[in-house]
Amino acid sequence: MNKVELITRGLIKENPTLIMVLGLCPSLAVTTSAINGIGMGLATTFVLMCSNTLISMLRKVIPNKVRIPIFVVVFAAFVSMIDLVMQAYIPALSASLGLFIPLIAVNCIVFARAESFAIKNKIFDSALDGLGMGLGFTLALFLIGSVREILGNGSIFDYRFMENSEILVFVLAPGAFFVMGFIIATIRFFQAKKN
Amino acid sequence: MEYYILMILGAVLVNNIILAQFLGICPFMGVSGKMSTAVGMGAALLFVMTLSTMVTTLVYNYVLVPLELVYLQTVIFILIIAALVQALEIVLKKVSPSLYNALGIFLPLITTNCAVLGIAITVTLKSFSLIDATLFTMFTALGFCVAIIIFAGIREQLELVNIPKGMKGIPIALITVGILALAFMGFANLA
Repeated sequence: MNKVELITRGLIKENPTLIMVLGLCPSLAVTTSAINGIGMGLATTFVLMCSNTLISMLRKVIPNKVRIPIFVVVFAAFVSMIDLVMQAYIPALSASLGLFIPLIAVNCIVFARAESFAIKNKIFDSALDGLGMGLGFTLALFLIGSVREILGNGSIFDYRFMENSEILVFVLAPGAFFVMGFIIATIRFFQAKKN
Repeated sequence: MEYYILMILGAVLVNNIILAQFLGICPFMGVSGKMSTAVGMGAALLFVMTLSTMVTTLVYNYVLVPLELVYLQTVIFILIIAALVQALEIVLKKVSPSLYNALGIFLPLITTNCAVLGIAITVTLKSFSLIDATLFTMFTALGFCVAIIIFAGIREQLELVNIPKGMKGIPIALITVGILALAFMGFANLA
């Protein structure tokens, strides 16, 4: 597989959120606005890239039986790093993402990439795979976040362009399920049509 | 007494862990296809969450805070949860094979469950005492059980309904949970 394909397949063809439906909790919880979605996505991208790289480096010395605890410690270390950095430099975003930054450590996508890719592949390939999957996650979160922000708040990136036509339910909990359900259904509809 | 009644109403109905806080959605979607597995998962989660929060609260209050190691919380909590689940699996296998047969297959799924870590962190943020933390976690896990049992019941019926092709599976499940969340919003002023 060539290097470009390693990055692009995570973006569209094997998008971790919208096609593989992994990592549902953060994609539902933090997508109340487009900027929150991007922030969460980029934080996860950082963790994915770093953990994929490190696990790929250690793949020959990690014993198969205890690989899961080792993965978990690697993820948690990088998550603590990005958590502290975000608290220091972007406190507002860090506060609105809250609990879900430490929870990147138990994100299914991060686990899936380590288990199915990084443990078997070369270092550079694993880093690219992490980057691609992370950007795919960011794209999906941006999509869900902007739909919810436009419909529920009448704004995009905090720029208001609609007055008195916002549907509040879309920024509340039920809206997250509705928007994500309809986006995945749309994708599946077009996929079925193409085949 | 009133404090605890409000706590149980808040944790089960108002701030339901699935429908309002979005924690533990993956097992919720994964095992809600059949009523029997849904009940098993709920029971296993209730067991593990309560036990792990007790341990993490103790470790947080008596080890991390005095030693000023709070920034290690994520790493330590994950390790505790992973170790606890492994230990629980071994102990259950020896002590109660029948319980192990009922809950066993759900235990590995719980190690990487964001609900368990999420509640452990939430509890430290609320600075509860040990008893309050344990009760709060139990009620929250009870909320998970309520949500997954209701949803499994709906989903068993959903299998029989004729729906558009693209909607089958995950999309219709998500939209159903959305409607369920909308219904639970009616409890908002209860606590």
